[in-house]
Amino acid sequence: MKQFLGKRAVASAVSLLGLVVLVFFLSRLTGDPTDLYLPVDASVESREQFRELHGLNDPLVMQFVNYLGDLVRFDFGESIRRNEPAIDAVLRGFSWTLTLAVITMGLVTVCAITFGALAAFNVGGRFDRFATFVSLIGASAPDFWIAIVAIVLFSVNLGWLPTSGTGTVWHWVLPVAVLFIRPFGLILQVVRGSMISALQSAYVKTARAKGVGNRPIIFVHALRNAMLPVITVIGDQAAALLNGAVVVETIFGFPGVGKLMIDSILQRDFTVILAAIMVTAFAIFLMNILIDIAYAILDPRIRY
Amino acid sequence: MPDHLLDVRNLSVDFHTARGTVHAVRDVSWHLDRGEVLAILGESGSGKSVSASAVLDLIDCPPGEITSGEILFDGRNLLTMSADARRQINGKRIAMIFQDPLSHLNPVYTVGWQIEETMVVHGTARDAARRETVELLRKVGLPDPEGAVEKYPHQFSGGQRQRLMIAMALALKPDVLIADEPTTALDVTVQAQILALLQSLQKETGMGLLIITHDLGVVAEIAHRVVVMNEGEIVERGSAREVYHNPQHAYTKKLISAAPGQGAMSEGGQGPEPMLSMRGVTKTYGAFHAIDDLDLDLYPNETLAIVGESGSGKSTTAKLLLRLEEADAGEAHYEGRDIFKLSPKELYEMRRDIQMVFQDPTQSLNPRMSVYKIISEAWVIHPEILPKPRWRERVAELLEQVGLEAEHMYRHPHQFSGGQRQRIAIARALALEPRIIVCDEAVSALDVSIQAQVIDLLHRLKDELNLSYIFIAHDLPVVRDFADRVLVMQKGKVVEVGPVRQIFESPREDYTRNLLAASLDPDPDVQAERRAARLEAAQ
Repeated sequence: MKQFLGKRAVASAVSLLGLVVLVFFLSRLTGDPTDLYLPVDASVESREQFRELHGLNDPLVMQFVNYLGDLVRFDFGESIRRNEPAIDAVLRGFSWTLTLAVITMGLVTVCAITFGALAAFNVGGRFDRFATFVSLIGASAPDFWIAIVAIVLFSVNLGWLPTSGTGTVWHWVLPVAVLFIRPFGLILQVVRGSMISALQSAYVKTARAKGVGNRPIIFVHALRNAMLPVITVIGDQAAALLNGAVVVETIFGFPGVGKLMIDSILQRDFTVILAAIMVTAFAIFLMNILIDIAYAILDPRIRY
Repeated sequence: MPDHLLDVRNLSVDFHTARGTVHAVRDVSWHLDRGEVLAILGESGSGKSVSASAVLDLIDCPPGEITSGEILFDGRNLLTMSADARRQINGKRIAMIFQDPLSHLNPVYTVGWQIEETMVVHGTARDAARRETVELLRKVGLPDPEGAVEKYPHQFSGGQRQRLMIAMALALKPDVLIADEPTTALDVTVQAQILALLQSLQKETGMGLLIITHDLGVVAEIAHRVVVMNEGEIVERGSAREVYHNPQHAYTKKLISAAPGQGAMSEGGQGPEPMLSMRGVTKTYGAFHAIDDLDLDLYPNETLAIVGESGSGKSTTAKLLLRLEEADAGEAHYEGRDIFKLSPKELYEMRRDIQMVFQDPTQSLNPRMSVYKIISEAWVIHPEILPKPRWRERVAELLEQVGLEAEHMYRHPHQFSGGQRQRIAIARALALEPRIIVCDEAVSALDVSIQAQVIDLLHRLKDELNLSYIFIAHDLPVVRDFADRVLVMQKGKVVEVGPVRQIFESPREDYTRNLLAASLDPDPDVQAERRAARLEAAQ
C-alpha cells in the first residue's frame, strides 16, 4: 500500500509539473497585464515600473525559473489584482467550492444509490420506468439552462429563494439543486445497470436459497458488489465539481474557485490562475487516492 | 398415498423468452424421503435443475411461469405459500449447494460472515452463530477453521469452496439438501472427497439428499434412486442399479452406452522416431514452478494424452509448445529444429503444422464472424495454402468432413449447439492442414452423448489425415477410450508415461493409482465394490 501511494505521488507530481509548464506559458499568451491594469494614457516610465514590480521584464524562461524557485518554498506569488498572496485568494475560493461539492455529491450519492438500487430490483416496473425517465432527463439537461430557468421560476416569479451570492442557508439551495441534477441522473443509471447484473449473479441465488429477505439481498449482498463501477463515476463527477462548476458558480455569483479562475484569466492574474490550477489538481489527486482506497475496502480481492 | 418429505407432483414450468415460450419441464413428478439419496440425471437443457429451483423459489417469474402442479413439503404446498413463509423454509429446512462455488459465494464478504448469515437470518444470535460456524468448518474438514472464518472466498481452492458451501447449507441441519452438479467443476480426487463428505453427512443427519447431475459415475457412487430426464420430461425412474443394468427407455440406453471408459483400449504400437521431442522444459511464474524439467515425445499418428489435476501444468505445456508463452529452459525438437529458438518467420511456418482446439468453443470462436470467415481466416494469414477462389469450396469440404453441412458456413457461432461449435473449431484447426492438433480439454464442456460423437470424429480424422494429437484432459474414462499413450503430470512434473493399457491396468506410481481409484465408474456395482475396498483400506 505504501509503495503504491509513493508511486502514485511521484506520477502525480510529474503530471502536476507538466501542467504548470503548460499553464504558465499558455496564460502569457493572453497578453500583457500592464495594458489591463494601467490607464491607456499611462506613461512609459510607470508602465516600466509596473513591469519591473511584477517581474514581467525578465525573459519568459527566467520568469519561469523564478516562479519554480518560489514554488519550492510554497510561495505561489502575489495576486496582481487583489494585493494578497495568490494562494490565499485561491484557498478561500476553494473552500467554498469544496463545501458545495461535498454537499452536492453527498446528496447525489445517497439519492442515486437508493433510487438506482430500488429501480434495479424490479426492472420494468412502474418505479423503474419513472426513475429511468427522470434520470435520463437529468443526465441530458444543460445545467446553465436549468440554472437560469430556476432563477426565473423560484427567485424572480415565486420569490422564494435569493438569486445569487452567499450568506444564508437559502443561498445554497439553488446552486446545490442545479449541480445535483446531472450527476444524479448519470450515477443513477450506472447504479441501476450495475445492480441489475449483481442481482442476477449466482451469489444472490445462494442468498435466496438461504432464506435471506429482499432488503438485505439488495442492500447487503448486491449493492457492495455493484459499487465498484459506481465509485469510478462518482469520482469522475466529483472531480468535475471540484474543478469549479464554472458556469453554475458564475450564474449564481458564487465565490468559488471556478469563478475565481475565470475572473483571473480575464484579468490576466497569472499567479492566481496557476495557484488555482495547482490546488484543484492536488485535490483531484487526493480524491483519486481516496477512490483507490475505497476500492480496496469494498472488494477484498483488490490489494495494492 | 403415503406422505413423502418432499413431493413434486405434475410440475410444469414455462419460460417466456423473446423467441417464444419454452416448456422447461412438463408434468414432472418425483419425491424424496428422509435418509435417501435421489439423483436427477440429465444432459444440459434437459430441465434437470428446474424442479429443484422451483422447490426453493429460485425461478424468476417472469420470465418463468409455473403453469401446473404442486410441491408438497411435509404435506404443505410450497407453491401456494407466501414469500415470507417460504423464506422461513429456505436455508433452514431445505438447503442447496451449487456447481460453481466461487461464483455462488459473495466475493466481498468473509466466508465466516456468509455461513453465520444462514443462522442469523433464521434467528440465531450473531456470536452463537460464529461459534457454530467454526464447528461446522471443522466438520466439513477445512484446515484451520478459526483462521478460515476471517478469509474471503477467493483465498480458498475449488474443493475447499465446495466444503464451505456445504457448511453453509448444513448450518441449520436441514431436512433436505439439494446439490446441483456439486462436483462437476472439481478434480477427480477432490470430487471423490466431496461425495464421500456428502455421503457421511447425509448418513449422520438422516436428511434427504437430492443430487442433480449429468454424470453417471456420480449416480453410481451416491444415489439410491435415480430419475432420468430428457427434454423437460422424466423418461425413466428406478433404483440406480436397475436403471443402469436394465434401462427401458431408448434415451437412457443411449446415455449409458455413450458413457466413456467402456470401449476397447488402443494397442497401437508407436513409430520408430518421435516427430516431436520436448526435453528439460521448465517454466516458472515468480516462485511457482508451473513446469519442472518436463520430457515429452510425440510419435507420428498417435494420440498422447496428458492427464493430471488442475494446476499440474497440462495447459502450460501446450502453451509453451505453441509458443503462446515462452519457456524458461529446455528444448522442443520438431523436424530438426528447436521450436523454442525459432525466429518469428520460422515460427509462422511452424504454426501451420501445430494447431489447437480449446475447451470452450463459445469463447474461442469470434461471435461476430460467420463460420466461413472463421475458417477462411486461416488462409488470410497463410495465403500460400489455398488461392482465394477455392476458399468457399474448401470450407464446404471441411464442414462436411467434421459432420456439418456446407450451408452452415453462412451462419454465426451462436446458431449452433455446443457440440457443433466444437466441430467448427476442429474444422478451423484443419484448415491449415496441420500435422499435430493440441486439444486442451476439447470435449470437457460437452454432454456425454455429444462428447462421444466428437471423440469419434477426432478418431476418424486421425486416420484419414494422418494426424497426431496431444490430448489434454482431466476425464480419465475419455482418455482410456481415446489415447494411445498417456503422460501423467503432477505439480509440473511427469509422474509416469506409458501405453494406455499399462497406465490403466498396471500403473507404476501411487499418484496414478489414486487418480484412477478416484475416477467414477458408471456401474453402481463397480462403485459399490470400490467403496467397500476403500473402507477396508481405511480400517
